[in-house]
Amino acid sequence: MKAFQLTRPKDNAQAIAATAKTKTAQQGADIRFIAGGTTLIDLMKLSVEQPQNLVDVNRLALDKVEATPDGGLTIGATVRNSELAWHPLVRKNYAVLSEAILSGATVQIRNMATTAGNLLQRTRCVYFRDTAMPCNKREPGSGCGAINGFNRNLAILGTSEQCIATNPSDMCVAMAALEATIHVRGPKGERAIPIVDFHVLPGSTPQRETVLEPGDLITHVTLPPPAPGNRSLYLKLRDRMSYEFALASAAVVITAANGTITRARIAMGGVGTKPWRSTEAEAELAGQPATEASFRKAADAAVRDAKAQSQNGFKIELAKRCLVHALKLATQPA
Amino acid sequence: MSDQDKTPERPEAETRSEIGQSTRRTFLSRLGMASLLATTGPVTTALAQRSVKEQLPSSESKDVVPVTLRVNGKKHDLRIDPRTTLLDCLREQLHLTGSKKGCDHGQCGACTVHINGRRQLSCLAFAALHEGDEITTIEGIGQPQKMHPMQAAFVKCDAYQCGYCTSGQIMSAVALLKEPCGPEDADVKEFMSGNICRCGAYPNIVAAIQQVRQGGKAGS
Repeated sequence: MKAFQLTRPKDNAQAIAATAKTKTAQQGADIRFIAGGTTLIDLMKLSVEQPQNLVDVNRLALDKVEATPDGGLTIGATVRNSELAWHPLVRKNYAVLSEAILSGATVQIRNMATTAGNLLQRTRCVYFRDTAMPCNKREPGSGCGAINGFNRNLAILGTSEQCIATNPSDMCVAMAALEATIHVRGPKGERAIPIVDFHVLPGSTPQRETVLEPGDLITHVTLPPPAPGNRSLYLKLRDRMSYEFALASAAVVITAANGTITRARIAMGGVGTKPWRSTEAEAELAGQPATEASFRKAADAAVRDAKAQSQNGFKIELAKRCLVHALKLATQPA
Repeated sequence: MSDQDKTPERPEAETRSEIGQSTRRTFLSRLGMASLLATTGPVTTALAQRSVKEQLPSSESKDVVPVTLRVNGKKHDLRIDPRTTLLDCLREQLHLTGSKKGCDHGQCGACTVHINGRRQLSCLAFAALHEGDEITTIEGIGQPQKMHPMQAAFVKCDAYQCGYCTSGQIMSAVALLKEPCGPEDADVKEFMSGNICRCGAYPNIVAAIQQVRQGGKAGS
């Protein structure tokens, strides 16, 4: 591991000032925030990340989960994933978020990993993690080893000629379906970013994964009040039952009255280059009967633009079946 | 573990005479020392006699930071390279070698310790970020003369083969007792999925944990 200096800021302003000097907040950043470290330390050991300076955000008092006056929820940036998943308000009002977090990683990792760290979780693409391999995300212009390589677990949605890496997060998929907002404080002040705009598609710059700029500190995430009468759940399909990333997953937040769907929010994981909100599927469901035929039409719409690689074509059908089954479970009588 | 630092004057004789009282670690390290002494000259011998602490890399470090760690109720004032993981710090500087290095990438669970009461992976933690935290290792859970009920249950249920993952398994199992884990074996398996056992002792590990949860009869 390359040597680095450790900075321990006393408050948000010091943390922002310490990171504002970095050349980029994206891949290859020379100054990085560190919280749980479950992604960053792993990547530093692999020399995929080589920051010269780490700024510790663990003592910035960003670790609270609180109800907002409008009935929503504020989640601090350094709230541990386990704490968020088991929080009574999350269990009660945002079941999909609790289920998504608990379906990922292990107890030990969830006890360390944080809200903001999970938002910035890096891909598990083996070419990204191996510095002997070409990877446009890690080293722009070096090529993509995954296209025509080992791509069984990589993305079918949002890919480009330069990158097909999957976003590995479960938490982000649930937050996409819950229409979360990411709150950032940077050198120029504060801003609120809808999660759908927070992650960006790889396009010709796969090294850029989010809209974050140097000095931007994620302070908290807010969730809107739960939609009245909604049911939500997270369904994750994978090679083994525990401690494995999704091949396909679905987060659904759905409201139905007298057998008719009045409101649906749909996001999918394991299939996209970013947490994949499907407004196409949502549009197919609104006003339709809660039947398997409707669910199939929605699933078809969700993967209409999917592009299979040499080994991951099975994901198109798997993602459809995953979404259909999730919708069935979320609309069947309690 | 303090005798790890002692270099026996007549290592071969000592290995033979004390074999009954040696722990596996001291036995193996003495064997290693004996072969070194037998086959190499004085230069290597001098190197081997240096403490592990002195051998840690320092030339590349930009910054050595002071940190106070609280481990098993005891305070340690240290100066460390910021790259030092909590696992390496525990093993190499504090000589608490019960926590094991398996994968060193947060995938196997052998390095599991408790930090402020929660089980975490010490290989994915920088020691310098844990100033003031309460850290508990397997050495703080129990001792051979006074085992924790979970340790006794592991012995009784034969919940290991090679033993390398065992301290991590026990650290997770002890933490599990206070976690919202359901009653079934399947619930235990899910909560223990972060601890890999290459020998495949899983059925007996689950049995040991369930014995403790169902009344601690295994502690006898």
